[in-house]
Amino acid sequence: METGRSKALWIVASLLILVWTIFPILWIVMLSFKQPGEVGNVQSFLPKDWTMENYRTVFSTSLFTSALINSIGVSLIATFIGVVFATLVAYAIARLEFPGKKLILSFALAIAMFPVVTLVGPLFDLWRTIGLYDTWPGLIIPYISFALPLAIWTLSAFFREIPWEMEQAAQVDGATSWQAFRKVIVPLAAPGVFTAAILTFFFCWNDFVFGISLTSTDRARPVPAALAFFTGQSQFEQPTTAICAAAVVVTIPVVVIVLLFQRRIVAGLTAGAVKG
Amino acid sequence: MAEITLKNIVKRYGDGYPAVNDVSLEIKDGEFMILVGPSGCGKSTLLRMIVGLEDITSGELRIGGKVVNKVAPRERNLAMVFQNYALYPHLTVFENIAFPLRLAKTPEDEVQRRVKETAELLELTDHLDRKPANLSGGQRQRVAMGRAIVREADAFLFDEPLSNLDAKLRGQMRTEISRLQRRLGVTTVYVTHDQTEAMTLGDRVAVLRKGVLQQVGSPRELYEQPTNLFVAGFIGSPSMNFLPATVDGTVLDTPLGRFDMRDRRKAEAVGDRTVVLVGIRPEHFEDASLVGDDRRERGAVVKARVDVTEWLGNELYAYVPYEAPADVAAQLRDLSQELDSDQLRTQAVVALDASSLISPGDEAELWIDTSRVHLFDPATGENLTRDEERAAALGRLADKEREAQRRAQRAEAEATSDTSDEDEDKGGTETAAG
Repeated sequence: METGRSKALWIVASLLILVWTIFPILWIVMLSFKQPGEVGNVQSFLPKDWTMENYRTVFSTSLFTSALINSIGVSLIATFIGVVFATLVAYAIARLEFPGKKLILSFALAIAMFPVVTLVGPLFDLWRTIGLYDTWPGLIIPYISFALPLAIWTLSAFFREIPWEMEQAAQVDGATSWQAFRKVIVPLAAPGVFTAAILTFFFCWNDFVFGISLTSTDRARPVPAALAFFTGQSQFEQPTTAICAAAVVVTIPVVVIVLLFQRRIVAGLTAGAVKG
Repeated sequence: MAEITLKNIVKRYGDGYPAVNDVSLEIKDGEFMILVGPSGCGKSTLLRMIVGLEDITSGELRIGGKVVNKVAPRERNLAMVFQNYALYPHLTVFENIAFPLRLAKTPEDEVQRRVKETAELLELTDHLDRKPANLSGGQRQRVAMGRAIVREADAFLFDEPLSNLDAKLRGQMRTEISRLQRRLGVTTVYVTHDQTEAMTLGDRVAVLRKGVLQQVGSPRELYEQPTNLFVAGFIGSPSMNFLPATVDGTVLDTPLGRFDMRDRRKAEAVGDRTVVLVGIRPEHFEDASLVGDDRRERGAVVKARVDVTEWLGNELYAYVPYEAPADVAAQLRDLSQELDSDQLRTQAVVALDASSLISPGDEAELWIDTSRVHLFDPATGENLTRDEERAAALGRLADKEREAQRRAQRAEAEATSDTSDEDEDKGGTETAAG
């Protein structure tokens, strides 16, 4: 029963969490509109003089624009390949009985728990030797391998929810296994595939560790790494405002996607948790 | 259209348990065959083996004369209606029905024509653009049937298709399925655990128990001449009463009293057994005071104390508890458990005329139609008094009835298809004009 009191408590709690999470974002947004010299001199949440200068600076530096292209390209490719792989793997895990099924699932989980940083050193050496250092594939490969586990787990939960009969009906209706998969299972799992894609995209988009250590130039450096290379106009000036502007630019797509698809993401994350 | 032949079919699961054991069954072209039995008897497994969703461990399955043991489901050209319908939720009703045609790469105009025809047959025309989620249970059921019909498959397979519907709708759909099957004349295998469906729908009924085929025959044959205790108890509701009895010539000494069955043949069938189980259906009892003299002559009267009565308007059920030896009581309890019912005490259920004035606690005079009494071997459960001649006669009768019905249906279908052709022409000109 929803009493008035518990409702009020809910509202207060929600507001608290809202402030807690929104405040840093708002701060970054405010900083991005301040004059570069204002930080540290004027103590105020709101900018004294609103300016678009930082955004102009950000978009005119090739450091940022090339990084933006790299980020978008690498994330999209990694997401696409990762989701296609994950769909096939998850389908097999959900539908087929084969030896080593448990092993694959626990292995995937182990990878997800593996500290990313420990791999950076070996990868750095390996990539330099085989020529993948500072290239798109050099980033895409580790992204896929670290995004796969989450995608596989999400998707196999989704596939498990689809009744077996769907597929059997399709087979009796004259479909090959592949046709049944493509025409019945994939459309039904579309929300799950979508969720997996969004989660994978976020993972790639937000990565910093690989981005900073496996790249050295504009050729492949993604935005989060590029932010670290921003410099002020002079050595006495901190590039804080420009970094904030760049941060806002890369955060916006994420926020927009989340707002648009939040219901699907929640559905995907909790799929299989309860029987529908 | 095709006949389906099962020869010594066995299904053994990984743990070695045979879910279906040595089943041989011949389903004739155009026949409506029912597979019936309590839950876990292997009837669904058998159906899924026919359609190809389960592998056959051993034995031979032929459809239309061809061995199809190793043939993939999609190449068997069978249509199946699943228990939960298995409609594709992302497709409209139209596309659901059209799905098999699309897979077969049927030309678009033919898809349109056949789906529309099917929809008309099943009264789904108004719902073609809707998604399955927005349909009622009965409509979903009809869509599932539509998907099966549209293909012109060699046979229809139904896996408890009505078990998800409420009682009223179930009755309607039952007659609907029956009408449709007779009209299309397609070989049909229908799995159910429902008595009424088994008795009313099928040309023949196959009773399964723990994966073993017990008896195949027309509903009437199963009811009148069951081969064993299990079939006798399973067919008919309320179940047949089984009373332990000692035999003395033609006289049976049962817990309800001594009575003479006056049938040499039956008495001889007992052989040297001292104890038998007497099977009497509830409806073969009657309140003795309501039985005319000439009928009374043809039966026997016993006196028994009635424990509880249930008056249903059209008849009256009376419950007569009796004492049975412990071993027989245990056996009867096992049997009733196997039949998915749970009879706690040994009691006879008798169905009397509703005008009977017997009330609970009465010492009542019950008349038994002794000509319908069966005797069973308590150890093997075998029916000792099954009349093979009568059974064969009933089989022939069922065949003849079926033939006659088929002819009538076909004539009717032809008559209606002539008129529907005209309708179609009209529809064609309309669309052309539009």
